[in-house]
Amino acid sequence: MHGLAFDIAHFLAGGMVVASFLLLYQDRLYALIHVFALHSLVLALAVGWQAAVQGAHHLYITAGIALVFKAIVIPVALHRIVRRLGIHRTLETVGGVGRDMLAGTGLVALAILVMLPVTTAADALAREDLAFALAVVLLGLLLMVTRRNAVSLVIGFMSLENGLVLAAAGARGMPLAVEISVAFSVLIAMIVIGIFLFRIRERFDSVDMQAMDTFREERRR
Amino acid sequence: MSGADLGLVAMVVLLGVPAGAALLLVLVSDYRRGARLNVGAALLCLLAAVTLFQARPEANLYLRVDDFNIYLIALNNWVSFTTSVFSAGYIAHELETGRLTPAYLRFYHAMYQALLFAMNLALLANNIGLLWVAIELATLVTVLMVGLYRTHAALEAAWKYFILGSLGIALALFGTILVYLAAQPVIGQGLPAMAWDRLIARADAFDPALLNLAFVFLLLGYGTKAGLVPLHAWLPDAHAEGPTPISAVLSGLLLNVALYAVLRFKMLMSANPSALAPGPLMVILGLLSLLFAGLMLYRRGDIKRLFAYSSIEHMGIITFAFGMGGPLANFAGLLHMTLHSLTKSAIFFTVGHISQVKGTQRISTIRGLTVTHPTLGWGLVAGAIAIAGMPPFGVFMSEFLVVSSTFARQPLLALPLVVGLLLAFGTLLWRLHGVAFGQPDRAAFVPVRASTLPVTVHLTLVLVAGFWLPEPLVAWFRHVAALLG
Repeated sequence: MHGLAFDIAHFLAGGMVVASFLLLYQDRLYALIHVFALHSLVLALAVGWQAAVQGAHHLYITAGIALVFKAIVIPVALHRIVRRLGIHRTLETVGGVGRDMLAGTGLVALAILVMLPVTTAADALAREDLAFALAVVLLGLLLMVTRRNAVSLVIGFMSLENGLVLAAAGARGMPLAVEISVAFSVLIAMIVIGIFLFRIRERFDSVDMQAMDTFREERRR
Repeated sequence: MSGADLGLVAMVVLLGVPAGAALLLVLVSDYRRGARLNVGAALLCLLAAVTLFQARPEANLYLRVDDFNIYLIALNNWVSFTTSVFSAGYIAHELETGRLTPAYLRFYHAMYQALLFAMNLALLANNIGLLWVAIELATLVTVLMVGLYRTHAALEAAWKYFILGSLGIALALFGTILVYLAAQPVIGQGLPAMAWDRLIARADAFDPALLNLAFVFLLLGYGTKAGLVPLHAWLPDAHAEGPTPISAVLSGLLLNVALYAVLRFKMLMSANPSALAPGPLMVILGLLSLLFAGLMLYRRGDIKRLFAYSSIEHMGIITFAFGMGGPLANFAGLLHMTLHSLTKSAIFFTVGHISQVKGTQRISTIRGLTVTHPTLGWGLVAGAIAIAGMPPFGVFMSEFLVVSSTFARQPLLALPLVVGLLLAFGTLLWRLHGVAFGQPDRAAFVPVRASTLPVTVHLTLVLVAGFWLPEPLVAWFRHVAALLG
């Protein structure tokens, strides 16, 4: 791996972690959606760069899907949902932004501490990519558990998924990378359509078990 | 036609027929014809699955039939066939009461076949990427099915399942990528490094640290789909709010498929001498699920939810058994997997009819079924006795094997296991006592018009298994138990 190629890959993957942090402290839905578009844009660049460096042309398709679908189509659709449902208010977080950021920093440290020692055999690019990817996945999880709104939950999930695509692109010569990103896109499209069709707003909108438990048995009695 | 060719045809049928039927059923507007087509397609798949025993196709980089998955494929297609028979009667009633419209039924039948396709693909897959895609597809399809009734509770259940299921799927993908990374330096880039048979052949040379990390992700990811505590939260809702045939397929089959995926990776771990032993993790998750579900059974008010928790309990027992490992515990795990599928689907068939004749799923309003509807009532009693693990049913035998093998090797672990089993046993029978033998209410009597054949056949099989297992089946269980390590 040449110096410059490696640095650019490193820079782009690191950019995704930074974008994940940006997602963590947004307190407006529109801003959250915009940052997510940025997140996906950086992903498209990172995957595109991997395609060029590895000479793996099928990865250009994955990058294209990230660019068109996740950086443009999904944010536009989410924008419409937020406008239609009238939920463009301040977001509530469970613990407060400061705590989220601290937890996020801890998770990134964890990702690096976990990934770097176990991947000593892999080449440097895959290693760093994987560590960053795990960091993005963990930050996405954090976003999912700390938000209560359906749209931010979905954005958390999609940022997590971006991390997975980054990992798949970084794994040299990984087959089925395109198919997997298509499968994921279908999944996401369904979630977004789900929110839109069923007007999932505030009440049943989180994986917060307490909120979910309310309907379980009592409501039907 | 040579054996391998016939096997190839059977494999194509297993995948092609449900996929084709799914497309075709979207176009069939008459629900009766749709139901018949559904049964027909499932029957074809069952025949193809049986053919596989005679003629096994050669493995390629994508698909493979081996000793482990062949019986699960047969079980899968058998239960989906009987469920399609049950479903035909069930949906006719749903249509009459107006809970479903013909348009939804079209969609329902198409989705049923799509689910069958996804599950067959997951079981046949020789490629860990393909396995992932198949389980993802199965998740998507079942989410749509769970939300079919479009009530608030159904949508909520579907949404929760969606989020938790997707999370599980995402974790499993990360694990899959890590396995590829572990395999890539040994096998080389590209498809062979994701083919399961190549992986298991070379697993001893993989980097153990990467495999360990991968297994944690895979266990959590596919474990979510198998309904293991603490990732089980979607399961009771999805079972309670979806159409009952789907509850039967979810409990009886999809949980097995997810567990099958975990077991495949467990085999990889066991093949690498320096990797972490996967057993203890699975033992812990299994025990947690068993004890938690045992406690949760106590206060359930909804009959389908009650049996959903019972599914968590049994998945816990099976995971525990495979976690213990060794020929006897693995044997018990495989047997329990089979018997649980048969029993639980039979119970859901019965419960489906019960909730239809009573118009409710609430346990407190369903009383004295053995008096008002003897067939259903006694069917439920038989099912409950079987699933609670009482003799003479086969589940007793598999649970007994799990307990005795645990006592022989880890007496301390046997203690919580027995506590969990007794807890579940007691609460289940206590909750269902009133349903079967309580004072019947004087509500209008609604006769059952559906066929009781699927229930009878399943329960008879489970009963027979309590006395006698056919020799080839025992030989197969032994053989696979040895493979699982």
